[in-house]
Amino acid sequence: MFETIIFSLLNGLVYGLLLFLLSSGLTLIFSMMGVLNLAHAGFYMLSAYFAYSISIHLGFWYGLLFAPLIVGFIGAMVERYGLRKVHKFGHVPELIFTFGVAFLLEELVQFVWGRNQLAYNKPEILEGSLFTLFGADFPIYKMFMLIVSVVIFIILLSVLKYTRTGLIIRAAVGHPNVVGMLGHNVPLIFMVTFGVGTALAGIAGAIAGPVLGTYPGMASGLGGIMFVVVIFGGLGSLGGAFIASLMIGLIQTFAIAIDASLSDVFLLMDIVITEQTFMYDIWVTSLSQVAPLIPYLMMVVMLIFRPAGLMGARES
Amino acid sequence: MNKLNVMLLGAGSLVLAAGFPVVAQAGTVKIAYIDALSGPFAATGQAGARELRHAISKFLEGKEVAGEKLEVEFLALDGKINPKESLVQLQNAISQGAEYIFHNSGSSVAHAIVGALEKHNKRNPDNRALYLNYGAIDPSLTGSKCSFWHFMIDANVDMKVNAMVDAIAAKPEIKKAYIIGQDYSFGKAFSAAAKRYLAQRRPDIEIVGDQLHPIGKVKDFAPYAQKILRSQADVVLTGNWGADMINLAKSIKDIGTQASIYTIYAYGAGISGVVGESGLGKLSVVAQGHINPANTPEWALYKDEFLAKHPGNDLINERTVYGVQMLGEAFVKAGGTDPLKVALALEGLEITTVSGDKVMMRAKDHQMQMPLQVMAHVKDGIKYDFDQSGYGVRTTSTVAFESNQLDSVCEMQRPL
Repeated sequence: MFETIIFSLLNGLVYGLLLFLLSSGLTLIFSMMGVLNLAHAGFYMLSAYFAYSISIHLGFWYGLLFAPLIVGFIGAMVERYGLRKVHKFGHVPELIFTFGVAFLLEELVQFVWGRNQLAYNKPEILEGSLFTLFGADFPIYKMFMLIVSVVIFIILLSVLKYTRTGLIIRAAVGHPNVVGMLGHNVPLIFMVTFGVGTALAGIAGAIAGPVLGTYPGMASGLGGIMFVVVIFGGLGSLGGAFIASLMIGLIQTFAIAIDASLSDVFLLMDIVITEQTFMYDIWVTSLSQVAPLIPYLMMVVMLIFRPAGLMGARES
Repeated sequence: MNKLNVMLLGAGSLVLAAGFPVVAQAGTVKIAYIDALSGPFAATGQAGARELRHAISKFLEGKEVAGEKLEVEFLALDGKINPKESLVQLQNAISQGAEYIFHNSGSSVAHAIVGALEKHNKRNPDNRALYLNYGAIDPSLTGSKCSFWHFMIDANVDMKVNAMVDAIAAKPEIKKAYIIGQDYSFGKAFSAAAKRYLAQRRPDIEIVGDQLHPIGKVKDFAPYAQKILRSQADVVLTGNWGADMINLAKSIKDIGTQASIYTIYAYGAGISGVVGESGLGKLSVVAQGHINPANTPEWALYKDEFLAKHPGNDLINERTVYGVQMLGEAFVKAGGTDPLKVALALEGLEITTVSGDKVMMRAKDHQMQMPLQVMAHVKDGIKYDFDQSGYGVRTTSTVAFESNQLDSVCEMQRPL
């Protein structure tokens, strides 16, 4: 029991922090521009592929360094020459535009890199296990992911909190019009935020590629989870996104470890469930089977009781 | 690969553009292949087209049937592993004069094709078609829902799991088994079969886990690996394929359990290369065919020719060859290519495959009977690796033809 808790905690943290890397950029973009960037997970995938290609020629570390930069640049260009042009037609065309970009990215990686999973490997120095607890190994690489995510979080928070740029960005998140009135170049701020946001997703992709697999389906399903993080944490709130990511990571990981179903609860009340019982399938479905549904349930509950999200300042 | 696809599609649409059914000449037979040629599963579908085409060129084209040299026209059609799309392509194939339909992936597609052919063949006795299924392995296709027009050229889930349990039963050190699979009909059928055969053959093995996970949605398998470790399982049985297989194997290796993994789809199509070192000494695959060693010189020659013709690709499915070889023998036996006569000729037909195995098409349920191989994921000592990675599989034991014959509940309706 104890070892399950420890390992679920560690795995949940790793997954949660990865989610945070992914959704921190999204929440900034979403709250500032009012656009849900559906292509965000696509940039995550693109970066994993870039990192793979670079790692083959120059080694893992260069991949980790350059892939997010390239993806960030591509993101900035998509904003500058795509999204900005669509912007004047309103939010729906913007949404459709990012939807199109998401599709393009998915087809693009298949066209260039093929449809099979790629052998994107960890660097040798991060192979092996860091420690063994109760017979289970904890890979060095997971600790590395954890550290990278935390460092990025701290840097991001410091920049936003303590620099002038951060001040302007935070102001633009809440009140873009006022910031524009004060003479700041709001389109430039948008572009930079979009670029940095996609670069953050890029970092996530480059470090997740070796462990979670680099394949055309790696982004599928992540878009939904990121959306949950943004809504649950509250629009534009990095702190909220951080807490939401960790919660989702931990809850999902713990849920997988628990095999109990509703029928076990009924058993405590001396009600025995058999195959003849009404809605038998529902009562015997274990928590671990529905684990992937839980984040969405959390989002719905949050929207009912606190539509602004956990730490959201702005209702939109 | 892409070029081939474009060519095939191009050829398909050209004939389509002609817009009228082409009447087959005497001595010409049309064979259609319906599978995913685009979309997420296209890699498998295109590999299938490549392999089928090569087998046809080797075993059908120019074969002497009733004193005439056989000519084959091959149509590759994109069914997208979607029952609706596949039915459209089936109609397309039939209207172009195809009498033999090969299909590989997706049991839902297989059920749709069987249903459509049952109706079509009843209504159009002059224009019938046969369905040669070499990869959709739902046991009900040759069980409760068997059809006279359907022939299964692969071993079904029950046969594969039976062979797997056979290999596991031979290891007395295995005491605890963990079953994990994708949460849909195939994963459930796999789990049910595993529990059934383990209980029959090794009732002393405790089943310490029976886990279903959403298909293609799990990003991190570490929590599942943790459960497997905690259960102290000696062996993990899984039907997982694609990324779900790779990531499961990697996570199991990372957490450091001693459990070995038995599975059915874990080689080729990128899997051998990506699983790589994680699978060494752990991963066993149960499948048909002789990948390493090639077993017979003819089979080695066939493979070498295929690989020379398609550099950078692997030859993955040997059963494709079984099907084509058997079809050729049935043509000879029937003295022509009329689907009804050929179907009757196929029933009970026994051949020796190019790789030296005895296989037989059981008349009762149209389920091909064949030996299966248990193969280990290895790096050294193999001639044919996969994904140009050096990794591949090597046969470690064989489950003989005789010991893998399972009964069937099929009650075949014959059109006589």
